[in-house]
Amino acid sequence: MSEGNAALGLPESGPPRFESLDAVRGGLARVGYLADDSISGVVFLADRLAKPVLVEGPAGTGKTQLAKSVADLTGARLIRLQCYEGLDESKALYEWNYRKQLLRIQAGEHGKAEEEGPSWSELEEDIFSEDFLLTRPLLEAIRATEPVVLLVDEVDRVELETEALLLEILSEYQVSIPELGTVRATQLPMVFLTSNNTRELSEALKRRCLYLHVDYPDLDREREIVRAKVPGISEELADQVARIVRSLRTLELRKAPSVSETLDWARTLVLLGVETIDAAGAKETLHILLKYQADIERATKELLSASSN
Amino acid sequence: MLDLLSGFVTELRRSGLPVSLTEHLDAAEAVKHIPLEDREALKYALAATLVKSSAHWRAFETAFEVFFAVRTGSAGAGDAGEDGGEEGAESDGEQAGQGGMQGQGRSWKGGGSGEGMTPEELAELLFKSLLSADAALMNAVARNAVDRYAGMEPGRPVGGTYYLYRTLRNLDLDAVLEKLMGQAQAGAAGGALTELEERLAADEFKARIEKFRRAVETEIRRRLVEDRGAEALARSVRKPLPEDIDVMHATREELALLHRTLQPLSRKLAVRLARKRRHGRKGPLDFRATMRRSLSTGGVPIEPRFRHPRPAKPEIFVIADISGSVASFARFTLHLVYAISSQFSKVRSFVFVDGIDEVTRFFEGVVDPAEAVARINLEADVIWVDGHSDYGHALSEFHRRWGDQVNSRSSVMVLGDARNNYHASGSWVLEDLQARARHVYWLNPEPRDYWGSGDSIVGEYAAHCDDVVECRTLRQLEHFVGNLA
Repeated sequence: MSEGNAALGLPESGPPRFESLDAVRGGLARVGYLADDSISGVVFLADRLAKPVLVEGPAGTGKTQLAKSVADLTGARLIRLQCYEGLDESKALYEWNYRKQLLRIQAGEHGKAEEEGPSWSELEEDIFSEDFLLTRPLLEAIRATEPVVLLVDEVDRVELETEALLLEILSEYQVSIPELGTVRATQLPMVFLTSNNTRELSEALKRRCLYLHVDYPDLDREREIVRAKVPGISEELADQVARIVRSLRTLELRKAPSVSETLDWARTLVLLGVETIDAAGAKETLHILLKYQADIERATKELLSASSN
Repeated sequence: MLDLLSGFVTELRRSGLPVSLTEHLDAAEAVKHIPLEDREALKYALAATLVKSSAHWRAFETAFEVFFAVRTGSAGAGDAGEDGGEEGAESDGEQAGQGGMQGQGRSWKGGGSGEGMTPEELAELLFKSLLSADAALMNAVARNAVDRYAGMEPGRPVGGTYYLYRTLRNLDLDAVLEKLMGQAQAGAAGGALTELEERLAADEFKARIEKFRRAVETEIRRRLVEDRGAEALARSVRKPLPEDIDVMHATREELALLHRTLQPLSRKLAVRLARKRRHGRKGPLDFRATMRRSLSTGGVPIEPRFRHPRPAKPEIFVIADISGSVASFARFTLHLVYAISSQFSKVRSFVFVDGIDEVTRFFEGVVDPAEAVARINLEADVIWVDGHSDYGHALSEFHRRWGDQVNSRSSVMVLGDARNNYHASGSWVLEDLQARARHVYWLNPEPRDYWGSGDSIVGEYAAHCDDVVECRTLRQLEHFVGNLA
């Protein structure tokens, strides 16, 4: 792998972070992230192939958490770029520190009165040096000397044109700055991009990434997640929570309950000292799981109608 | 392995997945890093490198099952599922063990294999495996059931749907579900289950039965691959991408799939249209704003300001044929149009068979368009005489009752195949509408080749439409609606 990189002009990828598939899964479980086969498999490959991972899926299924957990696991620093509409180069990549440059020029002019100041070309070289560069998340991830995990969150929020900013860094792990030349990564960061799928990402972006679709977990995994994340919950209650949530997801709701909402619900139940969920108890706390009145009504009608009659 | 991979990629491309050369190379690279005997890992490695959209997953999975089933089957070893199946089955008594063995024997003839086990015993085993959620036993039962009931004949170029149907019909899964529920009721602590518990139990059993159904499907597919080879089978079972499914001829399962695709699709469309409106081209010079701006530069207009264009949102009239042949198409279109109704100043909808009725009221105050669409089928008053499409009467009724409300801000969309059962066409209505409205479009869910054949008179209407669009798939529909707003 590393020889291949050298031939391609890529930075050395260093030793692989993970020994095997099982090491990924076990490690993620240790930091509190219960991965299924596809998640651990893709994380493993991302490391071996030195490729970014594009994580897509419904909101609240742990896409962002995955990047955080991987950072935790590998002991890397997490650098996060939150995307939004109107994000541009100066916010994502780098910016020249204009004020500092101005000060430098003025300082130079003051010095001129007494003795010969720096010539223009010297000055130009000076103010376009790294001292005057403000690094933004993407450049920071490239220049970091310690291991980093770069998280580009909600990449579907930027415009199609802005996506192009990411392409160079994703495929070559480098950033070109006209005044400075090309900055190459000294170590390969692990890159995660998350998307809520509000629009189709460009082919160019997708092609450079490994694709991971994170869906709602199946029953067993959800139960394990609840048990791992909610302290003090009994096995029986966790099982019931997971089963009710699964049944809710089969209904046609506007917004199906996400994993994070499931956890909130389970925590609430534990706080309320609920041992087993009955229809009435579920009804009172349903608003934690479901965020639309129409959904709550439908769920009550379909699942919990026993208590009303 | 590389050959196999190339074949697989070719098959994916044939199913319509855009797999680029780089992705193919990535996949080849990825395969090096994972243990090949781990079939699940292989699947996810290939998925991560080759499939870049969740909508394509189904096509990928189908192709994967076909291409990589044969290796695990004929190699015998390395198939974790099968090995596990045998072990589990053996521990579960002699009968199941036998079932597992026969599955290994891969006998084609239904008669020779099931000996020593009556259908009742098989049903009992199935019941037991579902009750205990024992995956190994389930697989064994699936193998045995396929042996017994599918009646597979070697060499026939089929996709296996019929074998699946035959096997499941004999097992009568609905009855099994009832029996399972009965068992759950009897085993409940307080004598009877509350409704919540009952519902949860039912969902659990349904999930298990679905798992069993898939086990049967996998088994059938595995045998078909052995019989005819992967590439031949791949041709028969190839599934179109959700966007490319022909709405008029979709199966029940495909319709459900389309339904699920529709929601993210309409959301994406709405986001795109909203963006398009905001970031539209620059408008004409805004003289006043430019002068105001120039004050800060001493009256020199350095920075010209432009007006933002605010294109008027069109008003939409949807007139949809909901007679049997095109009903599902009309449903999808209405659903999509209402899902992005914020992009239009107003949407009014009318449905007809031979009578016509306005159904706008069903959509008012309803959050989920699907609900309203379901109500239309039950409540709209669309039958005039005999319940066969009569475009002429429906259109002239429309003209009489609502025609004067169509004005220059309205766009009219007519949905239908224009198969008029040889009634009068009433095309003068469209002629009049075209004069009043901004645009008149006709959306035809039939392939273009069929237009004008038989009792289709779309050509006669086309003369009075701004455009007649072929709309057989969601992709075409999305494209059209996207351009409309």
